[in-house]
Amino acid sequence: MAASETPGTEVVLEGLTRHYGTVHALDGLDLRIEPGEMVALLGPSGCGKTTALRILAGLETTDSGRVWVGGKDITEVPANKRDMGMVFQAYSLFPHMTVLDNVAFGLKMRGVGAHERANRAAEVLDLVGLGTQRARYAHQLSGGQQQRVALARALAIEPQVLLLDEPLSALDAKVRAQLREEIRRVQLEVGRTTVFVTHDQEEALAIADRVGVMSSGKLEQIATPEELYNAPRTQFVAEFVGLTNRIDAISDGATAQILGNTVPLLEGSVGRGPGVALVRPEALVLTPDPAGNATVVSHSFLGSLSRVVCVFDGGRPVTAQSPSAASTGLVPGTRVAVTVAPAPVLVVPA
Amino acid sequence: MSRRAALTPSLALLPFFGYLTVFLLVPTITVVVGAFQEGGSFSLTNIEALFSPVALRTLRNSIVLSASTAVIGAVFGSLLTYLVVSAPPTSVFRRVVMSVAGVLAQFGGVTLAFAFIATLGFSGVITELLRSTVGVDIFGRGWLFDLPGLVLVYTYFQIPLMVIVFLPALEGLRPQWREAALSMGATNRKYWTEIAIPILTPAFLGATLLLFANAFAAYATAAALISQGNPIVPLLIRAGLISEVLLGRENFAFALAFEMIVVVALVMAAYALLVKRTSRWLQ
Amino acid sequence: MRPSTSWRAMRAGLLALFAVFFLLPLYAMLDFGTRDFAGGRTGQSWANLVQDPDLTAAIITSLLLALFTVLVMLLLLLPTMVWVRLRIPKAKRLIEFLCLLPLTIPALVIVVGMRNVYTWVNYLISDSVLTLTFVYVVLVLPYAYRSIDAALSGLDVVTLAEAARSLGAGWITVIVRIVVPNIWSGILSAAFISVALVLGEFTIASLTNYENLQVVINFLGKSDARTSVTASLAALIFAFTLLMGLSFVGRTRGREGK
Repeated sequence: MAASETPGTEVVLEGLTRHYGTVHALDGLDLRIEPGEMVALLGPSGCGKTTALRILAGLETTDSGRVWVGGKDITEVPANKRDMGMVFQAYSLFPHMTVLDNVAFGLKMRGVGAHERANRAAEVLDLVGLGTQRARYAHQLSGGQQQRVALARALAIEPQVLLLDEPLSALDAKVRAQLREEIRRVQLEVGRTTVFVTHDQEEALAIADRVGVMSSGKLEQIATPEELYNAPRTQFVAEFVGLTNRIDAISDGATAQILGNTVPLLEGSVGRGPGVALVRPEALVLTPDPAGNATVVSHSFLGSLSRVVCVFDGGRPVTAQSPSAASTGLVPGTRVAVTVAPAPVLVVPA
Repeated sequence: MSRRAALTPSLALLPFFGYLTVFLLVPTITVVVGAFQEGGSFSLTNIEALFSPVALRTLRNSIVLSASTAVIGAVFGSLLTYLVVSAPPTSVFRRVVMSVAGVLAQFGGVTLAFAFIATLGFSGVITELLRSTVGVDIFGRGWLFDLPGLVLVYTYFQIPLMVIVFLPALEGLRPQWREAALSMGATNRKYWTEIAIPILTPAFLGATLLLFANAFAAYATAAALISQGNPIVPLLIRAGLISEVLLGRENFAFALAFEMIVVVALVMAAYALLVKRTSRWLQ
Repeated sequence: MRPSTSWRAMRAGLLALFAVFFLLPLYAMLDFGTRDFAGGRTGQSWANLVQDPDLTAAIITSLLLALFTVLVMLLLLLPTMVWVRLRIPKAKRLIEFLCLLPLTIPALVIVVGMRNVYTWVNYLISDSVLTLTFVYVVLVLPYAYRSIDAALSGLDVVTLAEAARSLGAGWITVIVRIVVPNIWSGILSAAFISVALVLGEFTIASLTNYENLQVVINFLGKSDARTSVTASLAALIFAFTLLMGLSFVGRTRGREGK
């Protein structure tokens, strides 16, 4: 079967569970990935994202549930017969082989002749921008370069699915930012269905088509980055993705009363009664006002944005974020009136 | 900073250098110089004597003994290491095995000789057992107290030494290599032939060399087992030092010791080269 | 990846074979040493460990040698290694090379060439068997160096020393009260390995006509094989207990950084 006929393949994970003793690594995971889509699995360590990826790769077995790729049930297929390319967090390049031989390895396993696989490997290396490094060895390359070789190696076999297990976690911040753009560019160019595991929300939001937030073996929410940020469905998602402020509010089932304003409720909020609203920093409006309800305690200049922390008379601190130009007068000690912009919020039980 | 002040910290190292000079370097130099002396003056007599039939045969025996126990120790030792590595790193089993290996690797000499005499000697446990049950006399003419016996006995400390030296290499095999190979379509066998074995080979060869040097330089075990005759170089040195027949041939002992240094140094140099390469791969 | 049961069975079987190979001579020593001339069992050879005067003297000699070797080794090695780390980092490779050199120079070679040196030692200091300490320190140097070096590497000695000095400590205080307590596991490790090595040393003692434990065991082998074998087994068990204890010391102390 020529994988190149189907550059994008649908992937379905159905009811995956996995436990180690009493620990539930995965607790009934259901996920459908569209052909050619890049999905990021995001969550803290221990949430099950890596386990899910490894089950998809065939490196772990699942206690129950099925895995479907391109309409075929591959749950029982061993890892070396699945048509997948995997990039690991670190140290996965074979140290005794040149870069070119590393990249050509999968082709060698498939019985491709020496001349042809050298050509195809060189092509993929060019794709990731390392065509000139083909005679080098892993220890001669930087961390970022090694990961690009790992990516080339995974792509050389033209897999149905591309799997990335925290590929950037071991790299410096600057290299990380550069490389994630590279990965996205390459992924769009080859059009393969990709699953990308990470604990860094900035990474996930920046490059994925959809992001699945996981916690304790369950999928909390899967949505586009914008939807995840602006319309989180659970408290975990709201607090894990981006910054949140917790402010007392009263819900009437359709709207909430916060700091004197009425704002719409997001789906998943509590019914009638008191609760805590999870408000984004940029949704807080600070106006200098001697009769206000809070005092500024710190002002951090972050370049184009500034963060201002103020404390309510009741003692709770909140962080507001706005363009620096708009917050110049907010020095520590200023009395301000804090209100909320009319964007929808999630209100959770107190 | 004045030159004197810059040197002062180094002065604190004088005791150390002094000690090593007196108790290590001087004896070694004495041996090297003495090998080229006879009757108090420079002479190549003893070096030439190293090429006499007796000396050459002894050297050959030593090399055969060292090489065979090195290879046997390496093969069985790497097998045992593989079996141990599959256990979790902090398990009691692993710790006990490594402690036992540590003791047995040092456990040469008299103790080991007597252990084997107690097992396979004339009234040894196994000898008696086979004599009384199957009627077979494995003691024979006392092969235990000659080269074949040495091969068996040396293996007893070569295998643990191999485990100690080779374990880090085997542990350096990253699981990601295996998983990456699998995800690219390799069978388990291909993983071993294409990835694991090529990566481990320099470490394996290096360890084998180390075992060779270890056997070549060993004295105590052979001295305890073999009280008559000098089939190997260390025992010939013993003869040169204490035998009345070879009285006055002390310089010949020096020459033999010099020969020993040369062989061991060459082997250890080759070992160092191999290890340098693999330490990069298996870090 | 769960290993298959057939592989597990094979692994257990192979391990059992290895266990038999290694344990058999040890069992044989126990059996041989407790044999009675009438075919029964006796603990006489074990009693001889404390009753036979030559053997007892040799045991004490070897224990003293082990003790002195450890002390001299620590006295020589600790200050040197710490000093190098603190003040002359460039010398590290030289010190390392020198400390590992005894691995390449067999004990046999050393004993052949050390007669001149020991003539002076016997003249200037003493001709007691305890002077063997000096050469034993050289023999244990590679193993002791590795242990202490590993422990020192887990510690940022320079920063600790600077902190201590900035608070007013002198160099001796730094070494004794700051560095040593933190590398205790490395020191113990070096000490135990040294003890094991000294207790098992035969080559140098026998060729210099001194009587340490192994020399006496060997000599006794000709007249009283049973006691010899038992003494060997006892020494072995002692060394094993030391090294087993060592692996537990290492665990409870934990590793500082990696």
